[in-house]
Amino acid sequence: MLTNQEVAEGLLEKFGDQVFNFEEPYGLLTLSTTREEIIPVMEFLKDHKNYQVIFLTDITGIQYPDNAGQEFVVVYHMHSFVHNFRIRIKVAIPEADIHIPTATGLFASANWMERETYDFFGILFDGHPNLKRILNIEEMDYFPMRKEYPMEDATREDKIDALFGR
Amino acid sequence: MADIELLPHNVPSHNELPELVEELTTLNLGPTHPATHGIFQNILKMDGEKIVSGEQTIGYIHRAFEKIAERRPFYQITTLTDRMNYCSSPINNLGWHMTVEKLLGVEVPKRAQYIRVLMMELARITDHIICNSILGVDTGAFTGFLYVMQKREEVYEIYEEVCGARLTTNMGRLGGMERDLSSTAIRKIKEFIKSFPPVLRELEKLLNRNRIFMDRTINVGPISAERALSYGFTGPNLRAAGVDYDVRVMNPYSSYEDFDFEVPIGKSGDTYDRYMVRNEEMWQSLKIVEQAINNLPEGPYYADAPEYYLPPKDEVYRNMEALIYHFKIVMGEIDAPAGEVYHAVEGGNGELGFYLISDGGRAPYRLHFRRPSFIYYQAYPEMCKGSSLSDAILTMSSLNVIAGELDA
Repeated sequence: MLTNQEVAEGLLEKFGDQVFNFEEPYGLLTLSTTREEIIPVMEFLKDHKNYQVIFLTDITGIQYPDNAGQEFVVVYHMHSFVHNFRIRIKVAIPEADIHIPTATGLFASANWMERETYDFFGILFDGHPNLKRILNIEEMDYFPMRKEYPMEDATREDKIDALFGR
Repeated sequence: MADIELLPHNVPSHNELPELVEELTTLNLGPTHPATHGIFQNILKMDGEKIVSGEQTIGYIHRAFEKIAERRPFYQITTLTDRMNYCSSPINNLGWHMTVEKLLGVEVPKRAQYIRVLMMELARITDHIICNSILGVDTGAFTGFLYVMQKREEVYEIYEEVCGARLTTNMGRLGGMERDLSSTAIRKIKEFIKSFPPVLRELEKLLNRNRIFMDRTINVGPISAERALSYGFTGPNLRAAGVDYDVRVMNPYSSYEDFDFEVPIGKSGDTYDRYMVRNEEMWQSLKIVEQAINNLPEGPYYADAPEYYLPPKDEVYRNMEALIYHFKIVMGEIDAPAGEVYHAVEGGNGELGFYLISDGGRAPYRLHFRRPSFIYYQAYPEMCKGSSLSDAILTMSSLNVIAGELDA
């Protein structure tokens, strides 16, 4: 049984201060890294014989418009079936330079997950073989999951945020 | 008429014929084709009957659930989830409730957990009934489909007893179920446990060792375990390739650890193995349903969490606190704690994950659905490359791609 502690120590030993912000929300090991190190970190977890985190569960994006310089976060969920161990890796990237290397070289499943993330947030995955929109029409000229596109019609006055949820 | 030339000089001799150009045919499979069982398109390049390459176009029924969810109170998101995999909506609904309960730290009583297991396993049966019998239809056996459809109808009647709806069930509540199992529901479930095995056996008799069916499905659309893992396969499709990953066993939720069942696995990951794995899973699900109904614990069917669980209606009329909570919950004025949670359940097609980020507001800050169909459907061109068109149809059918889940 692999513990969060073991993996965290292994990662710290290998990557030093390139992995940081270790947390355990609801028992799931969560850490952050930089976009330069994300592929090496995933490769390390995948190929290390003690971890064997060979399954990429999910890739998605989050936007924090108020975090200057770290407006976007790409979240990777990975899973080791051998040890039944899950890990979440986050990479914060600035809006001004919205690039991150692709994980398609490691996992075939990353292809559509990254396309989806690009489609909704406009995050550019460098080296992706076919980075184009997947769920929305290709003519669309904005990225709909960004917070600057609110769900409600902004001209409506009868729905006040303070009264009706967010 | 003597000046007619009998031998035309302008026809080139055999050696001078222009070289035959091999052209590939482009075939649009979908978006509305009965064989795709849903709205998505495959643009296939065909060399005669052989598929050379394919590209999928999806998103035809994309409804922006993730965006809508950012403006909705937690309980209203349930109705979005049952429009994802509409063949087994209770699994989506209850999986979502469990995610929010994990975030809120609400402990659901045993009885509610057992009822949930019951409903989720019945939903798995309906899901697999559809997939397997449609596979029969695609190979030319329509009878089996109509025959087992009757049984799905019976399960839908059980849904009606439990939640009032049939297809888009919106089942359960945050903190438990909305009502206890009625005596009618229990009777219907017990009847189903008795009447389903003969029907399933009949379907097995029709297909399992049927020469035509076996010829049509064995070695059709195979995928190796490595490729399946790389492509993010989960659920029956991964198990058919020989990997015994099941969320119910690996990360038990809702008291799955109390139940005795087996995880069937296949070997070659072809259409026949996928069919057989689903077939066996129905038996296992039935076993779980039987255990759950026989060992149903006594006690409340909802958690003691008045802030989150909608109070009974008669309480609302008589009790001030209940009225306040009723109002607050219905108006979506319940603040959730800040946090991020990933919860996965074993859906009909595999690991259905909910990644929920709450910033302490009344709606999720971000909600992402890990939809198994979306992730494994990208392997489709690789799986049907080099096969004939009719085999490609079977491969798609056995993958059980549900358009609602694909597009979300």
